[in-house]
Amino acid sequence: MPYQLVWLIFLLPLFSFIIIALFLRPFLKSQPKTAGYITIAALTGSLGLSVWALMEVMATGQPLPVPDITWAVVDGLTIHLGLLMDQLTAVMLIVVTVVSLMVQIYSQGYMKGDAGYHRYFAFMSLFTASMLGLVLADNLLFVYVFWEMVGLCSYLLIGFWFHRPSAANAAKKAFIVTRLGDFGFLAAILLIFFNTGTLDITQLHSLAATGALAGTTLTWAAIGIFAGAAGKSAQFPLHTWLPDAMEGPTPVSALIHAATMVAAGVFLVARTFPLFSHSTEAVTTVAVVGGFTAIFAATMGLVMTDIKRVLAYSTISQLGYMMLGLGVGGIAIGIFHLFNHAFFKALLFLGAGSVSHATGTFDMRKMGGLRKIMPWTYATFLIASLSIAGIWPLAGFWSKDEILASALENQPVLFILAMITVFMTAFYMFRVVFMTFGGSYRGGDPEAHGKPHESPPVMVMPMVVLAILAVVSGLWNVTGDFGAFMGHGETHSFTEGFFGILTHSLPWISLMLAGLGILLAYAIYSARWLSAESIGGMFQPLYNLFLHKYWLDELYEKVFVGRVLLKGFFAGLQGFDVYGVDGAVNGIASGAMATGRAIRKAHSGQLQLYGLFIGIGIIVIVACVYFFG
Amino acid sequence: MDFNYLTWIIFLPALGALIIAFLPRLSPRGVRWLAAVFTFIPLALSIYLFTIFDRSAEMAGVMQFEESLSWIPAIGANYHLGVDGLSLPLMILMAFLGFLVVLISWKIDLRPREYFAWLLLLETSILGVFCSLDLLLFFLFWEIEVIPMYFLISIWGTGRKEYSAIKYVIYTLFGSAMMLAGILSLYFTTGSLNMVEIAQGGLGMIQTAMPAAAIFFLLLTGFAVKLPVFPLHSWLPDAHTDAPTAVSVVLAGALLKMGGYGMIRLCVSIFPGVAHDYALPLIILAVISILYGAAVTLRQTDLKRLIAYSSISHMGYVLLGVFALGQLSLTGAALQMFSHGVITGLLFAMAGLVMHNAGERDLRKLGGLARQMPIIVVVFSVAGVASLGLPTTSGFIAEFLVFVGSFSSGVVPGIQVATILGVLGIVITAGYILWMLQRVFYGPPLKQFDKVKDASVLDRVYMFAFIAVIMLVGIYPAILTDVIKMGISPIVGLLGG
Repeated sequence: MPYQLVWLIFLLPLFSFIIIALFLRPFLKSQPKTAGYITIAALTGSLGLSVWALMEVMATGQPLPVPDITWAVVDGLTIHLGLLMDQLTAVMLIVVTVVSLMVQIYSQGYMKGDAGYHRYFAFMSLFTASMLGLVLADNLLFVYVFWEMVGLCSYLLIGFWFHRPSAANAAKKAFIVTRLGDFGFLAAILLIFFNTGTLDITQLHSLAATGALAGTTLTWAAIGIFAGAAGKSAQFPLHTWLPDAMEGPTPVSALIHAATMVAAGVFLVARTFPLFSHSTEAVTTVAVVGGFTAIFAATMGLVMTDIKRVLAYSTISQLGYMMLGLGVGGIAIGIFHLFNHAFFKALLFLGAGSVSHATGTFDMRKMGGLRKIMPWTYATFLIASLSIAGIWPLAGFWSKDEILASALENQPVLFILAMITVFMTAFYMFRVVFMTFGGSYRGGDPEAHGKPHESPPVMVMPMVVLAILAVVSGLWNVTGDFGAFMGHGETHSFTEGFFGILTHSLPWISLMLAGLGILLAYAIYSARWLSAESIGGMFQPLYNLFLHKYWLDELYEKVFVGRVLLKGFFAGLQGFDVYGVDGAVNGIASGAMATGRAIRKAHSGQLQLYGLFIGIGIIVIVACVYFFG
Repeated sequence: MDFNYLTWIIFLPALGALIIAFLPRLSPRGVRWLAAVFTFIPLALSIYLFTIFDRSAEMAGVMQFEESLSWIPAIGANYHLGVDGLSLPLMILMAFLGFLVVLISWKIDLRPREYFAWLLLLETSILGVFCSLDLLLFFLFWEIEVIPMYFLISIWGTGRKEYSAIKYVIYTLFGSAMMLAGILSLYFTTGSLNMVEIAQGGLGMIQTAMPAAAIFFLLLTGFAVKLPVFPLHSWLPDAHTDAPTAVSVVLAGALLKMGGYGMIRLCVSIFPGVAHDYALPLIILAVISILYGAAVTLRQTDLKRLIAYSSISHMGYVLLGVFALGQLSLTGAALQMFSHGVITGLLFAMAGLVMHNAGERDLRKLGGLARQMPIIVVVFSVAGVASLGLPTTSGFIAEFLVFVGSFSSGVVPGIQVATILGVLGIVITAGYILWMLQRVFYGPPLKQFDKVKDASVLDRVYMFAFIAVIMLVGIYPAILTDVIKMGISPIVGLLGG
């Protein structure tokens, strides 16, 4: 097949968006479901083409030569709109199309009857198209273009139920916080263009490799890019938007805020990795921020009672792992975790959506006992939880083990943090499992309809598919094939990799820590050997710190934005504008008026007075001439 | 040239104004239709000129569609018109807005004859400014614009309309007085009123009666008031806020661009050396305008006032691009003028529609209108994200060009820092735009707005036109930059770049 077809991967969902947004209106009344069908059909096409592209890249071992389009802006800035269809892109395409397709199928059930059904699918199509464009783009300008587009879609979908003030606030917050990071990205683009005259990613790779782009310029460019990545991937200190983003519909959280868009930051660092790997400062920054974010977010995940918020903090934490993986191990290791994480985390969110579909709430304190009522949701959720906890031989185990092994070699301190995070991850995930599915049902949302029930097949089916992937996706690198595909590492036989890993001590330690986490969760939330309240009481200050998210939201929104900027600095400027600048203008005007009034008094029309003035004038002149002449 | 395109484009609206003013027994309906016809023909003609505009490289810097008649031989003043790559997009912008504001004003029922006559006269004067190549003619058109503007604001405006109108007039006259002094000095030193001739001849050879820098700043002050540049901006929020919707659209859309246009056409082209020497303070003023404008915008609670203030910030990008004095940055500045004209025009049109339909403009009292206004919310949001520079809209590519051009221009050391500070403006812009959209449209539907109507069919026509232009330039910027570079590259040549 001709390589032009790669363009269709990105164009199909775009067409889907255009059709739904512009042409579907007349059919909405009679055929409301058409929007979903069109989206799913387009994504099926994209998925098929992505699989084909992956096969081709695997077969040739080279980026596919996809024809490009010249997008001339003006002399001095000519950009070729091209696609970079290499190994990294091939993997990302699979992630995006698979998860997106599953989420869209699921959404048909989840969004059924919603007044904004077609709007939902229009935005989802646009998002998927932008995300695919982002991973396919071959130059930084177009990466930035799609980067902003996914941000816009995220904004629109978080605020999907815009009549809720909390959703509207969360949407705005997400956009502005990530834009703060984008500011760094844009500055990096300017710096790179100024120094190299190009934004082509392949050329930048070679410039960094040959040392033409080096020194502080390279470091600052890399740090700027990482600022953008940290905004999108919710890394400390720009992480605060992601938990709030859970205000969007749950399938949106699964697709955008778990599997794909938030991983775009990790992807961006991987995409420009030569810029990082040639700067020790930059690559260390990535590792440290990632490692810190992993444990920092996990601590907050320990205490949340809203199932989606736990998953949100878990996502931040896992994204931190990916960054850590990139920082200590390179592209293959970071991206492999991204690949696995996408499936099990999307599945966890779909599970949470399924649970809330049944109970009408996201508050785990009102759930419980859903194991019997929702067997499919329970089974798939459990698989995903085991996978994220890193239990052998599920997907999460393989990628997490590689990150830990590289961290041990390069950054011992971060390694210890990462090991503690392994324990916390297992604990908070199984806390969710036991609180939600174990014990007996605690009533759900009092205002919700009827008894809880298993979700319809259209929602269960995608969960089963993702559960299978959550088991097997990690097997890709058992033989070292994934690493080899991404350009480094050696391969060995499957059996050797599958069982051989257990001959090392590191996997045993991490498995033990994960096991301990699960056991503790069991002890507290299922067997109730320990009471959650008493433990919370023992660690009261810590518990409060975690529960209040380290008071960072307050610090940012109330203190910094609210007081320092809006009520302080900006209000000061506004006061200056009204009383200073405008006041001066009005002052000059009234000054002129007053002068006029004063002088007018002299013009009384009385000749005697004029005569007096003339007389005084003559005397003054004569006096001057006499004294100074 | 057989057909005097530019004369027709400029004076058809004025002719329309005369007919509307003096034709007896015209119904309001007839007035509107006449206005529509007499603004549509100039639009069609200018689009036609755009298509036949010669874009070949050897035509760079050459005025096209030139017309020249002797006007006052004693002082060498000519009726001299012509457009190049710099003025053509602005002329089209004005013709485009000129037609659309007639549609936007369709519902005006207070003294419609006078209203449309003034509106059309306003269009003629602004078109004249962009097309004049003779300094005296330029100044004449520049001054005529004040008169219709004064009446439009003070009669059809809202709020403190008389105050705002007179403030606008005094500010403008202050600027024009400086400008007139500058123009006279230019005339007495060069003996010519021909803008192209003066720019090409250069001032280096001529013994100037007063320092070139003084003339430069006299002219610049006039333009800086119009653009506006901090601290000469305080007329803008009042005039924009109190003007009727259509006039706000013209003010923000086309009138501010007279300032940016004048800076490039006269200040930079005639005094490239002075512009270079004084680039640093002007770039600093640009950054202040960007950040200060954005910060003050964030504090506004009146829908129109918020959009008005945002113009100060966005025009700061123009100033930055102009005095970075590079090929890319000047192109960016020219594109930003066009782009901002369309985007802010749409923002004001939408704000007017919200105010008209909901009867409320205080952002603290609005809310939940997305339910009642499903079409307006989409269009307003498109205009909003274009204003905050989202890719695929013209706002992105224009600002990006300014940033890239300024960052790499090297006109003064440290311009990179200034540029990065300017980039910071996009974060604040995102803040106020999203806040505004949220306050107007999101949240629970409010009871007092239950009966509020959405856009009418006529509204949808002009909305579609605005969005089409914003997206077209955003996705395919070469459609304009190909033309703009024809006007910019000779100027860059003068700069010795």
